[in-house]
Amino acid sequence: MNSEHAIITDQLTKSFGSFTAVDHISFEVKRGEIFGFLGANGAGKTTAMRMLCGLSKPTSGSATIAGFDIYKDTEKIKTKIGYMSQKFSLYEDLTVKENIRFFGGIYGLSNKALKLQTNKLIDTLGLESQSGKLVASLPLGWKQKLAFSVAVIHEPSIVFLDEPTGGVDPITRRQFWDLIYEAAQRGITIFVTTHYMDEAEYCDRVSMMVDGKIAALDSPEKLKLKYNVESMDDVFYHLARAAKRGE
Amino acid sequence: MKQFMIFVKKEFKHVFRDSKTLLMLFGLPIVQIVLFGFALSNEIKSADVLICDHANNNYSHEIIHKISASKSFEVKRVTTDHSEIEEAFKQGSAKIAIVIPSDIEDQIFHSTHGSLQVISDASDPNTASTLTSYISNIIMDYKQTLNAGNSPPMQVVPEIRMLYNPTLKGATNFVPGVISLVLLLVCVLMTSVSIVKEKESGSMEILLVSPMNPFTVIISKAVPYFFLSLINLTVILIMSVVLLDMPLNGSIFLLYFESSILILCALSLGLLISNSTDSQQAAMLISLMGMLIPTMLLTGFLFPLENMPLPLQYFANILPSKWYFIIVKSIMIKGLGISAIYKETLILIGMTVLLLFISIRKFKIRLS
Repeated sequence: MNSEHAIITDQLTKSFGSFTAVDHISFEVKRGEIFGFLGANGAGKTTAMRMLCGLSKPTSGSATIAGFDIYKDTEKIKTKIGYMSQKFSLYEDLTVKENIRFFGGIYGLSNKALKLQTNKLIDTLGLESQSGKLVASLPLGWKQKLAFSVAVIHEPSIVFLDEPTGGVDPITRRQFWDLIYEAAQRGITIFVTTHYMDEAEYCDRVSMMVDGKIAALDSPEKLKLKYNVESMDDVFYHLARAAKRGE
Repeated sequence: MKQFMIFVKKEFKHVFRDSKTLLMLFGLPIVQIVLFGFALSNEIKSADVLICDHANNNYSHEIIHKISASKSFEVKRVTTDHSEIEEAFKQGSAKIAIVIPSDIEDQIFHSTHGSLQVISDASDPNTASTLTSYISNIIMDYKQTLNAGNSPPMQVVPEIRMLYNPTLKGATNFVPGVISLVLLLVCVLMTSVSIVKEKESGSMEILLVSPMNPFTVIISKAVPYFFLSLINLTVILIMSVVLLDMPLNGSIFLLYFESSILILCALSLGLLISNSTDSQQAAMLISLMGMLIPTMLLTGFLFPLENMPLPLQYFANILPSKWYFIIVKSIMIKGLGISAIYKETLILIGMTVLLLFISIRKFKIRLS
């Protein structure tokens, strides 16, 4: 097992009946890397990510997350990862502070650490005046930033972000990515799915999923060079056009 | 354990911050008690009586006095005109009429078969027969007090004692029913909705990815509703004892113990429903349609089970509320101990264990 790698998958497959959502994918994600996981809707991104998080059991193949096997060590993996889902998933009827303390608490942070982290987080996000307000009253951009900060509150080895910036304006998206860079600098591996190709440019490496398989995997620069195009948008079109699965 | 406490605290916050849930939780039992206690009662209070008094002497006055003293009747009018009776029925100004013959005195002391006429409006047959039997009781009672000193004529008089509920109060029947209804409804509905809510909002995924044990999640979801249901039970009990003069003859401890079993049973059922559905609406619909209606109709507190067709009677056996209803009646009204209701208790425990077992088996640790 290579300790340089945060995620290793080997022939990982998930079938639902006769439909193979994820088809024998093999890839590695290095520690501390920002790894973009791209693909059209229905390409199998979310299913693959759910298997890596332990939310879905693979049909076949193997994978290790932070050095732990996804079949045998699910409990150990859980303490090593953070997860932020497509849907906004903080509790709207709890205040900012209560949400932070709750999620910190279920990750087993001590009271002292919890207090420290809560204050630090509120300070970093500039939410001092909002900390006692219900999350429901925050604008979407703030919620997403808060959700990300909560997902990494326990300093996981890897954080999985499932389309974290959906529906967020460009400025907030930029700020969101600042948070991602910051976390990556602290050594947290970022595994992110997105539909925004400008975000793909921010990643160290990206993979493109087409019809359940990984069609390409490299740094954005090399991919653009390889397909001889100007932007990641064009790379995406080039690859996704070949898809046989409908939306 | 610490995670558990944090989670329970969060659940309480959810409950207390949602005015709809709170209203449902505490409004429901109060509305039910008031509704069944005062509005929807099958007891008859202040039925209008028309009396046609042909005797107009001490005895007839005393009979009239006795009738008007009863809570069930209100003497609207005393007349001597026979034709007024039919008129009153037609207008609906009387439910029952009594004709006292002019020789009432004779009849009381000498006759073996007196004829005091009782006419009732039988367009509502249940009310009519209840009213006539109330009247006969009053007359019989009066006759016996008059005859007390004398050697009674040879006759057999059935001496009726209504055990456990001598005044035939409706509350004794419906309060246990309302308790089981409210406990079931609150627990099944609230737990299933609160778990499905987490699935819908996506927070369930976050919880399942976290190191928190999924069973801890489920149990801590149930804890607040368990305690709130006990509070609910207390509210209903206080209301029914204070407002409705409901007796509480048996052990309160035993009552709470049995109620806890029903609550656990309902919580497991709520859990099962939440496992089988992904939307709050579906969970609500299943809980309401699947629980409220059978519980209302087949527990035995609105309609006697004995009168139902056999298949329905058998079906009622799978409702936890049926058994709980028997238990509560036995404890509150008859003042019985555990030895009298161990069979029902075991059935309830069996149901709870079975439901819990199925729902835990069905609970998906991984979402797909």
